[in-house]
Amino acid sequence: MKLACRIFASLLALASAMYPCAAATLKVVASFSIIGDMTARVGGDDIDLTVLVGPDADVHVFQADPKRARAVASAQLFIANGRGLDAWASRLIKASGSKATLVNLTDAVTGRPGDPHAWQDVKNALAYVEALRLALATADPKKAFAYDQRASLLHAELLALERQVRTEFQLIPAVRRKAITTHDAFGFLGQAYGVEFIAPLGISTENQPSAKSVARLITQIRKERITAVFLENIADNRLISQIARETGIALGGRLYSDALSPASGPAASYICMMRHNVRLLTEAMAKGS
Amino acid sequence: MSFLYETLLAPFADFEFMRRALAACVALAVGAGPVGVFLVLRRMSLMGDAIGHAVLPGVAVGFMVSGLSLGAMTLGGVAAGLIVALLAGVTARATGMKEDASLAGFYLTSLAIGVLLVSARGSSIDLLNILFGSILAVDDQGLFLVAGVATVSTLTMSFIFRSLVVECFDPVFARSVGAGGAWVHAIFLALVVLNLVSAFQALGTLMAVGLMMLPALAARFWSEDISQIVFISTGFAIMSSVMGLLLSFHVEWASGPSIVLVASMFYGASIIFGSRSGLLARWMRRPHFHEPEDASR
Repeated sequence: MKLACRIFASLLALASAMYPCAAATLKVVASFSIIGDMTARVGGDDIDLTVLVGPDADVHVFQADPKRARAVASAQLFIANGRGLDAWASRLIKASGSKATLVNLTDAVTGRPGDPHAWQDVKNALAYVEALRLALATADPKKAFAYDQRASLLHAELLALERQVRTEFQLIPAVRRKAITTHDAFGFLGQAYGVEFIAPLGISTENQPSAKSVARLITQIRKERITAVFLENIADNRLISQIARETGIALGGRLYSDALSPASGPAASYICMMRHNVRLLTEAMAKGS
Repeated sequence: MSFLYETLLAPFADFEFMRRALAACVALAVGAGPVGVFLVLRRMSLMGDAIGHAVLPGVAVGFMVSGLSLGAMTLGGVAAGLIVALLAGVTARATGMKEDASLAGFYLTSLAIGVLLVSARGSSIDLLNILFGSILAVDDQGLFLVAGVATVSTLTMSFIFRSLVVECFDPVFARSVGAGGAWVHAIFLALVVLNLVSAFQALGTLMAVGLMMLPALAARFWSEDISQIVFISTGFAIMSSVMGLLLSFHVEWASGPSIVLVASMFYGASIIFGSRSGLLARWMRRPHFHEPEDASR
């Protein structure tokens, strides 16, 4: 009996010694595609990543299904954007009984209080990556070196991107740097690179516009002769099409604001997305000059 | 004078989107007005709401097949609405169950299927917009659809008007003279579905029910005569559209709810001032105090 007990105990010890090895990969959940892409770049093969809101889907109106709730329940780290964009994150962690640490990437960002779309300024993306590296290294110190390396590689790419974006906007005369978009997601981009973005909807995709705000926008387009009018991948585009028709402007294409495109699309990663948006914006703004 | 022009006409003269919104609203009012009146008369006032929810799975399937295409979503919505309305009607007539009860059963089923389809697709933003519509963004296609449905609806209503009236007030007589009650009823239900679906991309299904029912309810307080009620109701609906759009233009309010709220104001005013059965009219007609209350004894 004693022997049986001892064998059983040692088997248990063996099992518990093996178990952490088998589950050694850090389980991480990211709230939506853009920060999911950054997390994947920094975490690489050393993390087991689940992105909750995928390409072309709207993070403002996410509803969890059991599959995603399970992913959250077993996660050790929850990467969210913060500032109300994915306010459901903390609720989801509580509801699924998860012990995950919640990291809000916008905590590393200053300026434009209340606007969650901080990644639209590449300098903030640099802050995001640094926050990600810290969070991953804290959660899994053994892999800290690998995280550091990948983060500094991404850091260099983002610095190059930042220089490119800045130069391209500087080629456009300051008065021409105006664009109309569906919802107010480009405030940070505008502030960083001196572009004025005007949106008929408020700051969220859920608002309904009033006739007054639409009329004001049309008057402004006519008066200031704005030529850059854009669709967005996650918003209702009927209104912006109507505005373009009424003012006789050709639409400048589809900007990716709050979600990446599927892998086959033009904005499959954060860097591709920024390049794509900036190219479309500058082309349309150049038309008027 | 110029103030009047600035407030009432300039919005429509200066902006094409306002003219389009107005045209769409007037077409909706003309199409849905009479239908709403008969829904009220047949004690089916909540049916519009039920059908408005029942079209969701059809719209969702249309959306999945071909994205935000008006044609596919309209077809899907009409199909789903008709199936629910007809199943409810057939069940009611075959089992003797009340029609509203079987409608509740079928529309809830349909709504659940719709929500399931929407969430399976993942991105829900587009379909949310459909439920709430966007009257400020009616394109040519949408305008033709709304106008076409209004035309078909008005013509059909004028053909089945008499049988509908008879069915409303004396269903037993209607059946005994073979007025084709079941057919008339089926055609009428089809019109309800058509009108709600045509409104879905302009006002959104939920707001469209408001423009269909509120003017009809308000008109009931003003007349006994069905033809008159139909005209009053359509008039209220058109006035609600114009005033709602102007309100949304001058005060910064979302357009769909503004229109429906103006219709609610007509309804509220009619409850009080309505010449047939409004509160004031009732109060004036009240028996005088010196009449003995126990005259019947």
